[in-house]
Amino acid sequence: MLFNRFLALLSTRNKEFLRDHSSLSWNILMPVLIIAGLAFAFSGDIGEKFKVAIINQDTATIQTKSFLTLKYIDFYQIDHDEKIIQHAIQKIQRHQIDLLLDAEKQQYWVNPESPGGYLVEKILLGSESTHSQQQNFKKQTVEGKQIRYLDWVIPGILSMNMMFSALFGVGFVIVRYRKNGMLKRLKATPITAFEYLSAQVVSRMILIMIVTAFVFYAANFFLDFVMNGSHLNLFLVFALGAFSMISLGLVVAARITSEETAGGLLNLISWPMMFFSGVWFSLEGTVPMMQTISEIFPLTHVTAAARAIMIDGAGLLDIAYHLLVLSLQSIAFLLFGSWYFKWE
Amino acid sequence: MTTALLQIKNLVKQYPSVKAVDGIDINLCSGVCFGLLGPNGAGKTTTVEILEGITDTTSGDILYKGKPVGDQFRKEAGIMFQSTALQDFITVRETLQMFANFYPRHSNLDQLIQRCNLTEYLDQDNRQLSGGQRQRLLLAIALVNDPDILFLDEPTTGLDPQARRNFWDLIDDIKAEGKTIILTTHYMEEAYALCDEIAIMDHGKIIAHGTPKALLEANFNDVILQLPEDELMDMDLSPFSIHKIRGQVEITTSDVNKVITTLIKNNISLAKLLIRSRTLDDLFIELTGKNLRS
Repeated sequence: MLFNRFLALLSTRNKEFLRDHSSLSWNILMPVLIIAGLAFAFSGDIGEKFKVAIINQDTATIQTKSFLTLKYIDFYQIDHDEKIIQHAIQKIQRHQIDLLLDAEKQQYWVNPESPGGYLVEKILLGSESTHSQQQNFKKQTVEGKQIRYLDWVIPGILSMNMMFSALFGVGFVIVRYRKNGMLKRLKATPITAFEYLSAQVVSRMILIMIVTAFVFYAANFFLDFVMNGSHLNLFLVFALGAFSMISLGLVVAARITSEETAGGLLNLISWPMMFFSGVWFSLEGTVPMMQTISEIFPLTHVTAAARAIMIDGAGLLDIAYHLLVLSLQSIAFLLFGSWYFKWE
Repeated sequence: MTTALLQIKNLVKQYPSVKAVDGIDINLCSGVCFGLLGPNGAGKTTTVEILEGITDTTSGDILYKGKPVGDQFRKEAGIMFQSTALQDFITVRETLQMFANFYPRHSNLDQLIQRCNLTEYLDQDNRQLSGGQRQRLLLAIALVNDPDILFLDEPTTGLDPQARRNFWDLIDDIKAEGKTIILTTHYMEEAYALCDEIAIMDHGKIIAHGTPKALLEANFNDVILQLPEDELMDMDLSPFSIHKIRGQVEITTSDVNKVITTLIKNNISLAKLLIRSRTLDDLFIELTGKNLRS
């Protein structure tokens, strides 16, 4: 690859994007508007039910059974598995569950900083006092700052915006250039397909990272969302995610000559990813098959890794699985896209 | 003696339903302006795109400077397609700089800009160029690598007569530098004015090849006399080979004196008489039976 040829293509593509104000504005405005909309929607008291997770519900004691009959509390049973219990405790730390109760051992976990936890605890202890002959509940306190839905959804929105920019910004543009003959003109020069595609990938990556960083810091300034992990790790995850999704865009654009077909195919890929990659809602409660299918989407892994860094403060080792999958997908998409690519 | 810059041997392009190019042989010498003419569907675009390296050949050989076409050819060939989109939001100057960076050897950009008369539009977005300005930019792009061989695919299609004449002057300048040019065009006067050699294609084959003058001399030894049809109403035209077209009668003859004498004897006014030599248009229709634009 000749570097000056690559740089010439890269520089021209960057100028083209930066001067296309409508496209640039849309790339920046869309995530800002979604985040602002969500911040507004969840700014008030939305009056949710209290949430209580129960272990060993089948062997519950009498006073616990009495508690479990109460209305306006959302009880749900979890398996007596150490990993699941730890996960539920983590949710109490984040105020996503108000209380965790072991119905057999008369033990509960609560976050004293959570208003919901405080109230549910009072209700639990009130129900206990009606059965005074029974032994007291054992209290375990858990500490942690509240994780709002906004905090939870922001990594997904940033990833999703990146996905749209990667797929449409590369895939659609290449198809447009193929259709209007620009690629044919480039084919007649010493430029190789690899040089051309590399320039497209790098150009879009630079722009995606700048736009994502801008949206991240601007949104954080106004909304003060949770960021418990390393900014550098998050940058690496987003860079790898962008690379993977741009490579997927190259696969789509490898041969298609019609913008309509490309648009349809890109929508066919992006919309299921947007809904079934855990951007808007957790996949935990969904059917196992959906969880399995979601594993094939790069967006699932970018969102999960970014969320783990931002909310849990995860390190690179903690998200190694997601990084590995994204790396393998990137290589596979890029190799296939380059091999399958046709100028015309 | 001139050297064969481009040798095309038994070139064939077979598509599933049609043989677009059917065994073409051409030897093209350095410094020649070669015109490839043919009606739509004759196979000339396919031929040119094969030569440009855009389309693969089914069989046959193309040698550039004695070697199969490859990297060297791509570096030394300049190509102007009939319709090429340019990148939006990019200026004329940036477009030229980008293409210049693709090549190890390139022309002096300032001179190229001046030659193609682009100075005034350098900082203009590609989208804002007129047809003539756009064609001049496409020609400048084709010349950006100081090519040894230049492909011009219908370069003046859609231009007004003045812009076309200006474009011809540019091509004359390029010819004067000794560059080899392969030109496809629908305009016979353009081919006649610019080309040293022409080849006429039909059904994927070359049906005539030579200098325009030699081809006309080989195929015609007559001229055409044209008079308004109403001037000849009372005259017996049966001794002549005639063709009526849009109110005019064309008499084809190799003996002009005889026809004029007959006209005078029949008291026909010669005030509106036109005499013209055979043109490439006539040659094309003669050889293919088709109008060039059909």
